[in-house]
Amino acid sequence: MQTAAAPRWRQPSILPGFGLALGVTLTALSLVVLIPLAGLVLKAASIGPAEFLAIARAERTVAALRLSFGASFLAALVNAGFGMLIAWVLVRYRFPGRRMVDAAVDLPFAMPTAVAGIALAAIYAPNGWIGAPLDTLGLKVAYTPLGVVVALVFIGLPFVVRTVQPVLEEIEPEVEEAAALLGADRRRTIFTVILPSVFPALATGFVMAFARAVGEYGSVIFIAGNVPMVSEIAPLLIVIRLEQFDYAGAAVVGVLMLAASFVMILLLNLLHGGLRRRLGHV
Amino acid sequence: MSDLALAQTDAPVRRSVRSEGPVARAALIGLALLFLALVLGFPLVSVFVEALRKGWDAYHEALVEPDALAAVRLTLLVAAIAVPVNVVVGLAAAWAIAKFEFRGKALLTSLIDLPFSVSPVVSGLVYVLLFGAQGLLGPWLKAHGIEIIFALPGIVLATIFVTFPFVAREVLPVMQAQGAAEEEAALMLGASGWRTFWTITLPNVKWGVLYGVLLCNARAMGEFGAVSVVSGRIRGLTTTVPLHVEILYNEYNTVAAFAVASLLALLALITLVLKTLLEWRYADELSAGAKH
Repeated sequence: MQTAAAPRWRQPSILPGFGLALGVTLTALSLVVLIPLAGLVLKAASIGPAEFLAIARAERTVAALRLSFGASFLAALVNAGFGMLIAWVLVRYRFPGRRMVDAAVDLPFAMPTAVAGIALAAIYAPNGWIGAPLDTLGLKVAYTPLGVVVALVFIGLPFVVRTVQPVLEEIEPEVEEAAALLGADRRRTIFTVILPSVFPALATGFVMAFARAVGEYGSVIFIAGNVPMVSEIAPLLIVIRLEQFDYAGAAVVGVLMLAASFVMILLLNLLHGGLRRRLGHV
Repeated sequence: MSDLALAQTDAPVRRSVRSEGPVARAALIGLALLFLALVLGFPLVSVFVEALRKGWDAYHEALVEPDALAAVRLTLLVAAIAVPVNVVVGLAAAWAIAKFEFRGKALLTSLIDLPFSVSPVVSGLVYVLLFGAQGLLGPWLKAHGIEIIFALPGIVLATIFVTFPFVAREVLPVMQAQGAAEEEAALMLGASGWRTFWTITLPNVKWGVLYGVLLCNARAMGEFGAVSVVSGRIRGLTTTVPLHVEILYNEYNTVAAFAVASLLALLALITLVLKTLLEWRYADELSAGAKH
């Protein structure tokens, strides 16, 4: 095939197959992702502003969204703290089994969410491995909003570790040595030299963990108890509305969550355009 | 030699200013490992402990029961359709984005990544709104006797949606790092476009493709949220393995639920091991686009 009249919107190339490759990509993307998503927006728009607002402001919708966002925020905070610690330990220290621990961090990416969900429910149930000792202290985790946070911590952990890790690896030793030679003690070096340079990565990891947690379903519903207004997450409310054939109710919550996804994507792009691509996975 | 000597005398100095004392170090390692054991280790181990709570016979029985076998067959079938589709589309997307310069490239890349940011439940919801009984196309589909929701096509579509970015995202950086020089040379020497692709491009990115397939397959077989919305959970017909786990668990058939779940946990472990081996062995090729 000759490249005689390449369209102006792309640079000419002697490689063939651009039309075919782009055509296959756009067709699949449109059929599987874009048109169905547009259908959701269309459905939500067709409800009419008055009813849309009525559903969006309904007590149960607000409670579910508040739980989803609140629990995700708490879980992402925990993940930011411990994710930073784990990344630090993996990058800076050498100990037996380090490479295995490093690989194990990705377990939540590989483990199907339903499996994680029933396992967490079993562990944190009042007679479970962790649930029983906590129960004697009067702390209930399973079937409470706290259980939601526990599941979201599990699901979000790798995001923070995997965004912070490569940045920690790239900090030049000279920078820390210079700080030490200039008289900074270790704590001051960590807080004024190391933390500022990993902060963008940490923030990115935080937002990624948060974004994933907001939409999470499988690992949460088994441990949450799913009491309306108390421990019912937004994705579950969508499922319940669908089971009631209340498509409008499901579409409103769905479109609100989709909007939240777009805000998060925008935030991530603003935070660190290049950082996301560095991640090998998910 | 002198470099080596220098490095050796240098090492203790570096360690002293760049690291914490032995006590702090041990405490930090201990805390990190304790957290990982609690958050990741306990759930993994508990799956197998709960599955074997009533012994091997009960475990075995839960796995060979007809509904469990039907679920395994359905999951394998769904993955066998969804993964190859994603490989073809992922390779096409990577080819277009990595080898050509065109307007809208960044947007296209973001759109391919979009399914990662969408809740799995929303991924299922969109198909119900489109193809469900009261959906946009529902009445037309019903009139023509086509079943999508609560049937195999819906499950496959939802699975392709949630796994859409996996292969493209892994192959793209590898293909970008390879550049187009080798392909250009092959074309100059008279190879056809397809021959160039099969003999130059594909072998160059094969580990990236394998890595993407691994992650794509794990997600396809383990997907729960999106599939649960479109499946209708017709026992033995539209229940994939994760959905079968849910049904058993909700019936308080805990041992059977964990027995079936242990299959998925094993799949996760195998995926993790293969993924790690690929990362160790082919680090340069896989992260070619990722590092620096």
